[in-house]
Amino acid sequence: MKAESETAELERFEARIDRGERIEPKDWMPDRYRRQLVRMMSQHAHSEIVGMLPEGNWITRAPNLRRKMALLAKVQDEAGHGLYLYSATETLGVAREELVDQLHAGTAKYSSIFNYPTLTWADIGVIGWFVDGAAIVNQTMLAKSSFGPYARANVRICKEENFHKKQGFEIVATLASGTDAQRAMVQDAVDRWWWPSLMMFGPHDDDSPNSQVLLRWGVKRKSNDTLRQHFVNITVPQARAVDLELPDPDLEYDEESGDWTFGEIDWDEFYRVIGGDGPCNRERLNARREAHAEGQWVRDAATAYAKKHASRQ
Amino acid sequence: MTDASELYEVFLQLKQGGPHEHAGNVHAPDAEMALQNARDVYARRFRPLSIWVVRSDHITSSSPSDDGPFFDPGDDKPYRHPSFYTTPRGVRDV
Amino acid sequence: MTDRAIAKDPDVAADWDCPDQLKPSLVNQVISYGDDALVLGHRLSEWCGHGPLLEEDIALANIALDLIGRASAALSVAGDLEGAGRSADDLAYFREAVDFRNAALVEFPRGDFAYTIARQFFFDVFALDLNDWLASNPGPLRGIAGKAVKETSYHLRHTSEWMKRLGDGTEESHDRVQSAVNELWMYTGELFEADANGTALTEAGLLPDRHDLKAQWDDRVGAVLAEAGITTPETDYHFSGARSGRHTEHLGHMLSEMQILARSHPGAEW
Repeated sequence: MKAESETAELERFEARIDRGERIEPKDWMPDRYRRQLVRMMSQHAHSEIVGMLPEGNWITRAPNLRRKMALLAKVQDEAGHGLYLYSATETLGVAREELVDQLHAGTAKYSSIFNYPTLTWADIGVIGWFVDGAAIVNQTMLAKSSFGPYARANVRICKEENFHKKQGFEIVATLASGTDAQRAMVQDAVDRWWWPSLMMFGPHDDDSPNSQVLLRWGVKRKSNDTLRQHFVNITVPQARAVDLELPDPDLEYDEESGDWTFGEIDWDEFYRVIGGDGPCNRERLNARREAHAEGQWVRDAATAYAKKHASRQ
Repeated sequence: MTDASELYEVFLQLKQGGPHEHAGNVHAPDAEMALQNARDVYARRFRPLSIWVVRSDHITSSSPSDDGPFFDPGDDKPYRHPSFYTTPRGVRDV
Repeated sequence: MTDRAIAKDPDVAADWDCPDQLKPSLVNQVISYGDDALVLGHRLSEWCGHGPLLEEDIALANIALDLIGRASAALSVAGDLEGAGRSADDLAYFREAVDFRNAALVEFPRGDFAYTIARQFFFDVFALDLNDWLASNPGPLRGIAGKAVKETSYHLRHTSEWMKRLGDGTEESHDRVQSAVNELWMYTGELFEADANGTALTEAGLLPDRHDLKAQWDDRVGAVLAEAGITTPETDYHFSGARSGRHTEHLGHMLSEMQILARSHPGAEW
């Protein structure tokens, strides 16, 4: 009887997905849907938080007041995005604290891109252009995710993310038309960030263990490769417009498909970095662990005060 | 180890005379900090007219399985709708 | 209206007046106002990504943004008044430490959260009353001060609440915030200093009476500290000198980091 009713539930659920309905936290959902969502949403949240670090690295060294403010506002937004996403994950009954513990223990993943160092100011421009650009492609798709809270969080994020990319590209364009030293700086940054940005879209779908079920259940709506191709298509003309070269000798325009075909990604590097051996993995996690540990007494104080004052009322 | 902060749901009133709409949630040790956090997290780019924060565990909600008996009376009693009644010709403002 | 437009608008320009011999002092005052905001905003921005709570990363960044914005506007006005063609960026990125006019209080490294909150709290109380006065009296900072009053009210609400939570939280938080207050206290008097022409500027109606400002500060600060169970050190000594360019060693290091990129590429656009 139980197996039968579960099959019936699953059928009803999949029919809802097919009708384009949004699934809300208290609706029936397959266990695997719930687990995949918790994994995906928390990873997304962790990425926003860890992502504050490579960019935060340059706030104190931003070269003028306008850039300083724009970068600080961007990093602040990222904290906010992390919060929206933790919030959305919590609707499925997991406490934020538990998710953060997983991150600090090294058992949770976050986007591999944030394990690369920001070596020059040009990196800040290129991150806005490539990394936020890639994130926008992904998040625009996720704004239509079948899980209501996740879709809504992404809608909110998309609205705010557009200034991030614009700011980045403006920096890139300024440097590209600047002094020789500035041009060299931004070209070098492009050389270092291009391939890791393409890796942000994940493995080929055939190599991605969860892709099929995530697509079937509308958690994501497009395949990794589709999104990656779309990102390349919009970015190549942008690079040309500012006279910067992308580090891929195999980039070629295909008249028939309208796509810019590109070379093969170094999947060894991808798996190595995701697995914990990227240039900055340890530093990123240590920074987050330290902030959390040093903040314990503050959180304890706030709780103690709240308790004292609650009982006085 | 405990984070030991409460979860608060955030509602924003965007327009004069409009309803408060759910925006998401924030963590905070108490209501005053929740209000400040809500403003910092959800109202960075605009000024809402008003912000409400409510502890999440103080909200009672219906559940999807309530659909039948809980909501049924909602739309099957036509005498609650003005269109059920006729008004004699020529009489206005009824 | 931009600050430039405000300064040139005949109606507004006629709104305030400064005797020629006091003009350099007035410029100094405006730079001082801008430097306080810039240095403090910079120190606060160092917390981004390292705060005790995500919500606090956002809150502190918010205050930092308000301060840096205020600094940018004020230094722009200072450059215009000075009339030597210096922009806000020129003033921020191409002056030596000895030419900065901020109070020493704002240049110390961020310390722990209690230190940051105590320092910010002391500044917020000062800034609220100062900006209140500036916004209600004719002068070059009037427009900027009007915005600053709204921002600072919010900042002060945040820092006051934290002073109470830390002072009346756990034993550890109490000890840390008391320690911070003890360390910072001797640097608070300098907030109220003006240069040698301060009295003349006050008499010309361009600056508030510093004694009144200090008295208001004492009251507000006293009330919050009492509620938080925090005492103040018994000392009459107050550090002085930063507002004439004799800073602590910390400012030099901070500016090295802040200015390095701009100075490495003189004349470049960013």
